[in-house]
Amino acid sequence: MTVLARAVEATRRYGEVVALDRVSLEIRAGEIVGLLGPNGAGKSTLINLFVGLRRPSSGLVELLGGSPADPLVRRGIGVTPQETGLPEALRVGEIVDLVSAHFPDAAGKAELLARFGLEDLAKRQIGGLSGGQKRRLAVALAFAGNPRMVFLDEPTTGLDVEARRALWDGVKAYHESGGTVLLTSHYLEEIEALAERVVVVGRGRVLADDTVRAVRDMVGVRRVSLVADRLPELPGLISSDREDGRFHLLTSDSDELVVELVRSGVPFSGLEIRPSSLEEAFLAITEKESAHV
Amino acid sequence: MSSLVLAHTRHQMLEQIRVPIGLLASSLFPAIAMLAFAVPFVGDDPLASTVSTGSMTLVGTMSAALMGLSITVAQDREQPWDPYLRTLPAGPLPRFAGRIITTTAVMLVSMIPVLLIAALFTAATVTPPRLLLGVGAVIVSSLPFMLIGLVLGFLLPSKAAIGVSQLLFFPFAILGGLFMPLDIMPELVKTISQFVPSRGAGELVWWATTGVAPDVLPLVAMAVWTVVAGAVAAWAYRRDEGRRYS
Repeated sequence: MTVLARAVEATRRYGEVVALDRVSLEIRAGEIVGLLGPNGAGKSTLINLFVGLRRPSSGLVELLGGSPADPLVRRGIGVTPQETGLPEALRVGEIVDLVSAHFPDAAGKAELLARFGLEDLAKRQIGGLSGGQKRRLAVALAFAGNPRMVFLDEPTTGLDVEARRALWDGVKAYHESGGTVLLTSHYLEEIEALAERVVVVGRGRVLADDTVRAVRDMVGVRRVSLVADRLPELPGLISSDREDGRFHLLTSDSDELVVELVRSGVPFSGLEIRPSSLEEAFLAITEKESAHV
Repeated sequence: MSSLVLAHTRHQMLEQIRVPIGLLASSLFPAIAMLAFAVPFVGDDPLASTVSTGSMTLVGTMSAALMGLSITVAQDREQPWDPYLRTLPAGPLPRFAGRIITTTAVMLVSMIPVLLIAALFTAATVTPPRLLLGVGAVIVSSLPFMLIGLVLGFLLPSKAAIGVSQLLFFPFAILGGLFMPLDIMPELVKTISQFVPSRGAGELVWWATTGVAPDVLPLVAMAVWTVVAGAVAAWAYRRDEGRRYS
């Protein structure tokens, strides 16, 4: 399959800070790839390299067989702007016209707006739109040039459930017609709904690159906390630390952990189990990674 | 390519028209100065009125070029819309050209109130060819101020651009002899005056509208300012790109 976007050992530094550390990644035609990771993990930096906003400090980044810095190459991609930056004084239709003017094979304005449920808003000024409407417009702009590949940064943040579904349907339709998508998200649910493949990024590195199911299992981490004097040997433990006499354990299988705990006969009290946040799960994976090194 | 210039010009014109405060600022200030100073003091003198009218149109275009341009460029750089536009398949030229065309349009509009006041309330006279020549001279002599505006816009955050452009605007206007005739100024000011770009701009516009022969040194100084400001603007632009790209 054709590779549309490729990073080979791409490193990006901002002064002393290494935002991206020797990342290698290939995105092939027709894929929907979810880029998952906590804030500051390097997701935005990776996307900025692919869309030509920044250059790698070392390594190689390739887009549609060329350089992302070449405007002609960028005719084949679409990007979402941050909705907070849309020029307030302009009308929806005018923004679409401006963006479309850059592409030889632009989508029709009416059709594009209809695809994202914005058909009644063409004459409205951006300043008068709701946050959700701005978000949908921002996503629609990525599709204005009938691109081969789109980069969607947090496409449904701040949308209500119905608008989110509508937007997902739009992305799926684009994919079914052969489009390629790289999307970032904080939400596992969003990536699960759209992507087949997930790339987990943390501390500037690719921590996992696998199917949605495999990564879901990997981050299906729970946090078990309890008060005890000591702990027995426990299975599936990712990390353990103690704070004011209370143990905090991260595990991928809380059921088995509790069974073993009870079976060991060690006295304990105040047992709590809750799903870990995605953030905690990522940190756990990151720590496991560094422990292996 | 030219359709992209058109698209960006349209976009910037619309923003300018829908938030017309910049347009008002550039037009009102010289019009008020014209009414307050030129009309009562030199309104009966055809030559002095014509010279004042030229000076006041320059004050308006200088404000649009120096303050308007520096502030909008600096503000644009701070908006998340700016990196988005850079992902679109185009180089910097279309936006740049759109900005210059839009600023020129603002300058043309800012001349209208001054010219109307001159025609209605003063003895200023000008033949139609000299009027056209004068408008052309105003546009040409705004070039160094546009370039200085771009330099400030590329180098400074928007709040600093507001302050620094005002700090330059008033000394330029006064030293150039645009607010008060240079004859009544001290010798030192007259000497410095020859080297500021606003004086050369004034000489060019007075020459075009009244036919009074200009001093040559200020015209040379203005040309030097234009070349230097152009070089610095190109450097500042690349530096700005470099900061984001490197």
